[in-house]
Amino acid sequence: MRVKNSTRTDNRIAAPVKSVTQRFTYLLLILSAIGVLVIGRVDVASMEQVRTQIVDAVAPILDVIGRPVESFNVGVDRIHEIYTVFDANQKLRQERDRLLHWQALARKLETENRALKGLLNFNAGPEPRFIAARVVADTGGAFAHSLILNAGERAGVRKGQAAVTGDGLIGRISGVGSRSSRLLLITDLNSRIPIVIESTRIRAVLAGTNAGRPRMIHLPTGAMVAIGDRVVTSGHGGVFPNGLPVGVVTSVTDGIIEIQPYVNRERIEYVRVLDYGLRGIVQSGPDRRTGSNVR
Amino acid sequence: MKPTVWNRMDVLSRQLTPFILTMFLVLLSAVPFQVPGLARVMPLFSLIVIFHWGIYRAELLPAYAVFIVGFFQDALSGVPMGVHTIVYVMTYGVILAQQRFFARKPFYVVWLGFGLVSAGATLLIWGFASMMKGGVIDPRAVASQYALGIGFYPIIAYLLSRWQRAFLQQA
Repeated sequence: MRVKNSTRTDNRIAAPVKSVTQRFTYLLLILSAIGVLVIGRVDVASMEQVRTQIVDAVAPILDVIGRPVESFNVGVDRIHEIYTVFDANQKLRQERDRLLHWQALARKLETENRALKGLLNFNAGPEPRFIAARVVADTGGAFAHSLILNAGERAGVRKGQAAVTGDGLIGRISGVGSRSSRLLLITDLNSRIPIVIESTRIRAVLAGTNAGRPRMIHLPTGAMVAIGDRVVTSGHGGVFPNGLPVGVVTSVTDGIIEIQPYVNRERIEYVRVLDYGLRGIVQSGPDRRTGSNVR
Repeated sequence: MKPTVWNRMDVLSRQLTPFILTMFLVLLSAVPFQVPGLARVMPLFSLIVIFHWGIYRAELLPAYAVFIVGFFQDALSGVPMGVHTIVYVMTYGVILAQQRFFARKPFYVVWLGFGLVSAGATLLIWGFASMMKGGVIDPRAVASQYALGIGFYPIIAYLLSRWQRAFLQQA
């Protein structure tokens, strides 16, 4: 009982002091948060460095948490596949017949292409090196579209490299830690990819909108774009290799041209990061490893 | 000597639970569940947890812990740094101011309160993120994310109060 009373007395004295301290701490935290916002705006590089360090530290934990989810999804897919196995088989047979025709054509064109390249003394450019990486996090919700990969600088991933799946381009590497990296999807508001319409060779820039379908901007005046046109990377700017499939034009209304990307963000488990040895415009800052300017 | 150390560790672990749990939920919301459309509208679980602890056990999740959670959310989500940090700390202030009002109210009132508070927080995040990213973020996805957060609130609040009853009674 005596202990209880003394606690009450303590509380009577301590409570107002505590309240003032709490208010002061709160104000300090608000100011610090504003500080973080401002520093993030003024000194982008150092804030991104902090972000990379944090992501690097938690990437292994994310990797572990994601494994049971992946196993569960694989199980669900297997059960689903049992029900669709006959339909799938029939479709695949038709697809195979169709693809055999294409294979014959591709072989013929490949031989012809090689012969013509030989005649022209054509320089094919560097062959890409692939870095396979697992997607350990799909982050940002409605506010940012990015993925975290479990491969970083140690695996050879560098800022600006293109990432693809079997279907096509998914995005570019926007931040690299030692064992993780951030992949900015082509749908993010800050994504800008130089593209070209495959059939007409019209150049444009693909700008993300944070919605499912990015838009084409900076088209030359009078350019004709039709629904169903295939869009591939143009390779301008020296960051991306050319010819990576991006998507298909799905709507052209009031000058707004929307693209449906080939890659479905939700079903990505692994991606391939392409290393063409291209440095382009993204590596123009000081190189962290050598401390020199690389242009 | 031995029981004292164990007691201390016990108390410390109980006190740290809400913080660790919140950080874990931030991580969990980033795990790719491969459910079509979910990643784009994944609710801010951390906001639900901050609201819940802010009302029922604010001393276990102090303002600086909320700051760290916000900073962590920023780092992980790829949103410009500081956006979640400032909004979470501001929201926490609002929650603390309304704590007495909500503490003994029936569940649906608290739920409604969360609806209002998270609407304000979501709008602020949307505003700050749009400003920092230099373009208007698609409001439809943001609205869906908000609605999903409201839908998730009862489930998470229930689990948290069960947790609270089971582990935090003596802390």
